Amino acid sequence: MRVALFATCVNDALFPATAVATVRLLERLGVTVDFPAGQTCCGQPQYNTGYRRACEPLVRRTARAFAGYDHVVTPSGSCVAMVRDNYPRIGARAAAERRGSELTDAATALAPRVVELTEFLVDVLGVEDVGAYFPYSVTYHPSCHGLRMLGLGERPLRLLRAVKGLELLELPGAQECCGFGGTFAVKNAAVSAAMAEDKLANALGTGAQVLCGADNSCLLHLGGTLRRRGDALRPLHLAEILASTEEHPWRPS
Amino acid sequence: MNGTFLGMPAFPQAAARAVRDGQLRANLRHATHTIRDKRARAVAELPDWAELRAAGKAIKDHTLRHLDRYLVQLEESVTAAGGTVHWAADAEEANRIVAGLIRATGDSDIEKREVVKVKSMATQEIGLNEALAAEGITAYETDLAELIVQLGDDRPSHILVPAIHRNRAEIREIFADRMAAWGRPAPESLTDSPAELAEAARLHLREKFLRARVAVSGANFMVAETGTLVVVESEGNGRMCLTLPRTLISVVGIEKVVPTWRDLEVFLQLLPRSSTAERMNPYTSLWTGTTEDDGPSEFHLVLLDNGRTAALADQVGRQALRCIRCSACLNVCPVYERAGGHAYGSVYPGPIGAILNPQLRGTSSPVDASLPYASSLCGACYEVCPVAIDIPEVLVHLRERVAEQGGHPLERAAMAAAGYVLDHPAALAAAERLAGRTRALHPRRLPGPGRAWTDSRDLPEVPAEPFRDWWRRNRA
Repeated sequence: MRVALFATCVNDALFPATAVATVRLLERLGVTVDFPAGQTCCGQPQYNTGYRRACEPLVRRTARAFAGYDHVVTPSGSCVAMVRDNYPRIGARAAAERRGSELTDAATALAPRVVELTEFLVDVLGVEDVGAYFPYSVTYHPSCHGLRMLGLGERPLRLLRAVKGLELLELPGAQECCGFGGTFAVKNAAVSAAMAEDKLANALGTGAQVLCGADNSCLLHLGGTLRRRGDALRPLHLAEILASTEEHPWRPS
Repeated sequence: MNGTFLGMPAFPQAAARAVRDGQLRANLRHATHTIRDKRARAVAELPDWAELRAAGKAIKDHTLRHLDRYLVQLEESVTAAGGTVHWAADAEEANRIVAGLIRATGDSDIEKREVVKVKSMATQEIGLNEALAAEGITAYETDLAELIVQLGDDRPSHILVPAIHRNRAEIREIFADRMAAWGRPAPESLTDSPAELAEAARLHLREKFLRARVAVSGANFMVAETGTLVVVESEGNGRMCLTLPRTLISVVGIEKVVPTWRDLEVFLQLLPRSSTAERMNPYTSLWTGTTEDDGPSEFHLVLLDNGRTAALADQVGRQALRCIRCSACLNVCPVYERAGGHAYGSVYPGPIGAILNPQLRGTSSPVDASLPYASSLCGACYEVCPVAIDIPEVLVHLRERVAEQGGHPLERAAMAAAGYVLDHPAALAAAERLAGRTRALHPRRLPGPGRAWTDSRDLPEVPAEPFRDWWRRNRA
């Protein structure tokens, strides 16, 4: 099977290890991965801050970049939610403003083909045990977009439970937002920081060594707070855990 | 550069103050988590909750689409049943109508100076108590939590539990210090046990119920086909106001109408479970016009617009008018839980307030312009809403309105620059490479607008090589 990797701008620029891990994981499972170079960003920061028109070129660009692929896989739930929920809205608004159906067509062509990494593994490939080895204790934070907009449910946990050597510890209040929220973290910094504190108190309370998530934006926010506080809890993307094997174990970068 | 970066200091500043108040945060956390857990259990009992929710949404949408027709039908029904309907375009007109009606009642002086009130969001919204006070009329709140707020010279901070920000010790103090100035004083030995506090309120309020000749209420629903109004409540204090006084004046937002009695069945299941986590609310009062020798002999309905038709004109935003004021969204909102209700600058706090206020009041004031951003868009509010208001969708829609009316020049410039780079992959790659090569020079704390981020968080280290370059070296 041949798929396109949608690395997303955050992973490309700040967390390349996650995108590399996604490539290695998928290749290990027999999938051929392409990285269409025309891709950049899904436009979520602009859209969610109120600059809808500013992300229209990115809707076109993203749809064009991934034309011709049945599966566009991305290790970022919030970007998938952007494409699935908001691209059609952006198209509908443009049509309502009498600017034609081009964006709706782009959204319709792209949206159903974009899948989040755990959806791809569990639903498309039909695997839960990906042959990973990760001898650490882990607690999992389900990011809001993956949890509520995509309904990822137990998929990430089922994948983690199948990892050899991994001890999975339940995160109290797991479904509560970590407080990132894109520009919310800047515009309402005090509330955002308070939400991170509470999330981290719960995570630290589990005694886990690793705080796992499937969205690096949330981990950027939580990881930045952890570093400032000097806590030893290590934020890590799910893809990096699943890519780790006994032959090629994960090493802190 | 200053604290007004991005142009909307109102909510962020008020919220930042609340976040620093440890007692407030503890009160809010305890209360919201208790109600949210109870609500989840009450909702889980119904196998057809999803269908009920869809039905509630559909009934409200249908009614809003034909609001003109149903309001005229309601007016005819209320009039036929012996009531009088008044139309109020805004808060000022509504307050003027109510004050005029009170002044015209009865013949004793006290009747013209005192009214008892059923807890009502609409009258809070228009500032009725303050407007009546300016006319020399005292309005007594009879809902326990509203009484606490009124005695404490405070503002409500929650739709359902207006005194959620107060704990028992604070309430005891308010009762002991302030009841005497409003009527019967609190017992001298008052402790902070719930039973004693409730008894003190009961004795204090009984005096008001027995004396008042005029009551002012809102309504949860109005049934167009019969002209019937409905109040659901937990304490029974509302029912005292609705049955004892001679004159009843109900101030109700025009979006509260439902076409038929059959429609009520859906909402009388959705509302109590969503709001108080009760299977059925203890008191459901319904009144239709006037009835000889039973209840009020005079009934006035003031139908309130106050920005509602403007909200109705907005295709995305109008779904906020489906709201049945259950407050489930407040109780699950992580932002409300930390910021408290007062930070929203309105009687409608929380997620629903963040989309309702900017629509009812416009987005020209700093607080109203800041409200659409008072959310991390986590979606918990949408998930619990019993009438499926997609609050995150409306928030983003209203952010667009704020950005269009000017937003902040720096933010606009940043979005435009990012837009250019992101639409030119070569420029993006060059920017990423530059960031990677200069990584040793990057500060851990940012100056200017980014300072808010680095006040409590470290920036991530920029990697030596972006993914796109790794790919070119290893796979392309």
